[in-house]
Amino acid sequence: MTAANLPALIPLAYLVTALLIQLAGAWRRSLAPTLAVTGASAGAVLALAGLVRVAASGPLSYELGGWPPPVGIEFVLDGLSAFMVAVVTVVGLVALVHGGRTTATEIPGRVVPFLSASMIFLTGLTGMVLTGDLFNLYVFLEISSLAAYALLAVGSRQAPLSTFRYLTMGTAGASFYLFGLAFLYLEAGTLNMADLGRILSLVESHAPVIMGLTFMGVGMALKMALFPLHGWLPDAYTDASSAGTSLVAPLGTKVAAYVLLRLFFYVLEPEYARGLPLLTAVGYLGIAGVVWGSVMAILQPELKRMLAYSSVSQVGYIAAGIGLASPLGFIAAVLHILNHAFMKACLFLVAGSLRLRRGHSHIPRFDRSLRRAMPWSMAAFALAALSMIGIPPTAGFFSKWYLALAALEQANWVLLAALVASSLLNAVYFFRVLERMYLVPAPEGVGTAPAAIEPGEVPASMLVPTLVLAGGLLVLGLGNAWLVTHLIRPMLPAGL
Amino acid sequence: MLENLEGHFAYYFLASLTVIGFYGMLAKRNLVKKLIGMTILQTSIILFWLVGAYRAGGSVPIYDERLGMADPARYVNPLPHTLMLTAIVVAVVTLGVAFALIIAIHRSYGTLDEEELLERMR
Amino acid sequence: MIPYETYPSVQPLLAVLVSLAAAGLIVASGRRPALRETWTLAAAALKFALVLGLVPGALAGRAAEVTLFEISPGVALALRADPLGVFFALVASGLWVVTSVYSIGYVRAGGEANQTRYFASFAVCLSATIGVAFSANLLTFLVFYEMLSLATYPLVIHKETPEALAAGRKYLAYALTAGGLLLVATAWTWQAAGTLEFRPGGIFAGSGAGPGTIRAIFLLALVGVGVKAGIMPLHGWLPSAMVAPTPVSALLHAVAVVKSGVFGVVRLVGFVFGPELMRDLGLAAVLAGFAGATVVLASLIALRQDNLKRRLAYSTVGHLSYIVLGAALLSPSGLSGALLHLVNHATMKITLFFCAGAIYVSLKKKNVSELDGVGRDMPWTMGAFTVAALGLAGVPPVNGFVSKYLLCLGTLEAGEVAALVVLLLSGLLNAAYFFPIVHRAFFRPSRDPVRGREAPAVMVIPIAVVAVLSVALGLFPNLFFDLASAVTAGVLAGPGGGVTAGIGP
Repeated sequence: MTAANLPALIPLAYLVTALLIQLAGAWRRSLAPTLAVTGASAGAVLALAGLVRVAASGPLSYELGGWPPPVGIEFVLDGLSAFMVAVVTVVGLVALVHGGRTTATEIPGRVVPFLSASMIFLTGLTGMVLTGDLFNLYVFLEISSLAAYALLAVGSRQAPLSTFRYLTMGTAGASFYLFGLAFLYLEAGTLNMADLGRILSLVESHAPVIMGLTFMGVGMALKMALFPLHGWLPDAYTDASSAGTSLVAPLGTKVAAYVLLRLFFYVLEPEYARGLPLLTAVGYLGIAGVVWGSVMAILQPELKRMLAYSSVSQVGYIAAGIGLASPLGFIAAVLHILNHAFMKACLFLVAGSLRLRRGHSHIPRFDRSLRRAMPWSMAAFALAALSMIGIPPTAGFFSKWYLALAALEQANWVLLAALVASSLLNAVYFFRVLERMYLVPAPEGVGTAPAAIEPGEVPASMLVPTLVLAGGLLVLGLGNAWLVTHLIRPMLPAGL
Repeated sequence: MLENLEGHFAYYFLASLTVIGFYGMLAKRNLVKKLIGMTILQTSIILFWLVGAYRAGGSVPIYDERLGMADPARYVNPLPHTLMLTAIVVAVVTLGVAFALIIAIHRSYGTLDEEELLERMR
Repeated sequence: MIPYETYPSVQPLLAVLVSLAAAGLIVASGRRPALRETWTLAAAALKFALVLGLVPGALAGRAAEVTLFEISPGVALALRADPLGVFFALVASGLWVVTSVYSIGYVRAGGEANQTRYFASFAVCLSATIGVAFSANLLTFLVFYEMLSLATYPLVIHKETPEALAAGRKYLAYALTAGGLLLVATAWTWQAAGTLEFRPGGIFAGSGAGPGTIRAIFLLALVGVGVKAGIMPLHGWLPSAMVAPTPVSALLHAVAVVKSGVFGVVRLVGFVFGPELMRDLGLAAVLAGFAGATVVLASLIALRQDNLKRRLAYSTVGHLSYIVLGAALLSPSGLSGALLHLVNHATMKITLFFCAGAIYVSLKKKNVSELDGVGRDMPWTMGAFTVAALGLAGVPPVNGFVSKYLLCLGTLEAGEVAALVVLLLSGLLNAAYFFPIVHRAFFRPSRDPVRGREAPAVMVIPIAVVAVLSVALGLFPNLFFDLASAVTAGVLAGPGGGVTAGIGP
């Protein structure tokens, strides 16, 4: 097993685990969670090893089936994909560990297929990130989407309907991607990313290329819930089980954003991409999403729905960074993918913990008994909320910092204004929750004890993942310069 | 104008299919009809790939001794066909998952009319 | 030209961390009040000692510096104990010692809930304040400044009443808007000047940034720090935040929060924009205009407040703008006077707040109109109150006289007669809103048939200490004056400042 196999091994680890879970689960159900965590840990370890390896000695490529590209499919572990895959695997692992308890209470009897689907979901996401072939990316996109539908469909009574709407929108998105890809393929005659980029730079007629890119862009915008194509997201995330949401929400949209980055700055020449109105449109839709998502989040009484709208807003930050098409914008987008994955995962984990202990995550029913009952979970939530608002030295502050630098570089005042406004709006909706969690007394006549299903802090298997993410926010914040210098800058595409 | 229509009639046909499919997905109230729209959309895209692979006078992409290997232009492009096999599989699986969801929805609400569903969810 | 040389030392970092560590220990020993209070006092004393240890270096032109790690490529999290930083840190850490003692007495006497959170937040506030003082660049400053905003929130909402929550929301709205604008200003500075390092005399000289850009950055940054500095119309949160317990008000007004704002103004004027740019681009005039208007308006509003703490709050708003006005004068005496007023106002205002707290704890009285005859019940407290009130009105030998004298001298140096008029008028208004209180307390018969009693010793002693301190600093202002002179010399003689370097590099 040499390092050269790493790119293929990562998705494979999840795929094999998915099968093992089904097999072992049929024999003894209790084995499934252990297997899932083991598989996810293996994936995370491999991904981190890949990250170290790539940082030390450059990209790795694996030719599937021994067919050399461009004919064969290659899996590529370069700076960006190694970074992205590390984010996906680590956050996925943390969410799975936390989900062990909530799945058992929220969706008993369906734990084995749930975990199996989680593994397939992660197979799909890592595959999307690692593949060097645009059609293969579509296949992995659909693998991850189908698994995501399965993960989100179990939960409350409304979950199947919300998921159905996500399914139709998601399929439309994937179909648009496939449609756009046809234009590129017919123009260039190849599907290999590196090859395609080379050929497209020689192609004379731009109209079909731009047509293709537009359709692919719209497809990915649907998958990443870019405003105004975000309609499916709040329902899907709210109605699903806690474990389902905390696995899908931090990762699903990010990988679609990754595809945009890959497409515009690696497959295409950045010089070419910069001139596209499409990219500018992505940026401005992102800005609109930042504001719209925040405003909608303020109006939500349900914590998970609020967090879902907040995701719409945060995805807007990433899109805005992409839209600037500058090194600083790229850095801001990539850093925010990481930061937001951590923040949002942490927040959704706490929402899951609340559902386990209180049986609901309805904001108006929170009161300050929570701060005594679940001090650590509440502290983690507070820290993640501060990070979302962008208080230094948490990670979220530095996302804002790089985005502000990037916006100033191009004198993009709209983005700057949105940045300031959005952090205030974030403060409004997060402090609304924090105030209830920490300060508002329980209503008269209702004791604190009956409201709690089980009193006290959540078990360690849920607390540790939450605290790891919360602590991670401080580490990522203080270490952001290291990340940017050693990981993100080296991955900057040539010519950006 | 007519010439243009003649030369590209496949594309016009596919474009109208796409629009019909997308319209069905968005405008139909019945969830099954939405799925039908979705399938039409997917099929139109699959056909688009295949039309793109077509070469005038080309044979099916299976090795034929009479045509030989010297001139690849004698065959239609085989790659899109194989790719679309995968896409069809994906489409079928998606359809399966969607029907599973529809069954679950029907079980808990007893209807598949979207507006009625939204009404009952409140 | 930098008028001091730097040497590596972790001392500034320790000074920041000591209260952060204390906050952790306070939370850990939450159930044992005695231990918790020991940590608070020990940290306060240790911090003061650490800052005091930096004073000789700062006076001798040597600044301790510690550069940690990069927090953005090219910008490090760095602390530097330059004269201005030491000056402010000395004020904050010195008064924290007194406030800690007083707080312990206050919360014990008042039976406040959530004391652990209270003391922990207090400690974090102090860490952030010292961080603000020692920040070597604008990004580090921003990090600590935002931390300070946030750490103050639990103190503002301490009572957890709806009124307190509303005040907390208002405070956050102001503070976070300010933080956001300061973030933009910082990023823009980085873009325009290529550095964020605080340098005496400013960093924009020779950067090629256009005047429009610099003006825009200045306005953004000014709103950023102006909120904490209470420059009108950005002062709205301050009177509302008066719902907090009195030691918190003392902290807000005298020790940490608002002083970080005015400190920020001085940093910006002297070390980011520089005197020359301030003058040439007309920024100083804008600053002086707002400050002057604030001085007068705040004093007028203070006259009409019946709630004692609100009256003190508006008085604070006014006096903060003295400091801003002094900095905007860009003359040696003006800047020295501004800095001296930073410390002098701190000691006097903390005295007044301590007195207000003592009155509340022993007599449960909040309004000026209820204070008839209080002086006979609480002679020590009201004696101290009188001393501080005299000082704020500018009567010698209390320290307020010294700084006001220097400020007036500064207006003459700068040739700003309008500013002089503002200062003199405000002195009269100060007398007008403070002396009625003194008059009521000592010269009117008490309406209460029951005699009240003096506050507990643990409160009276800090009150006496700060009152004596106010007088002592009036008689012997040498230490702070020397530090202020070191700052002034650096700022006004730096690149682009003063007479020595009329033309920028």
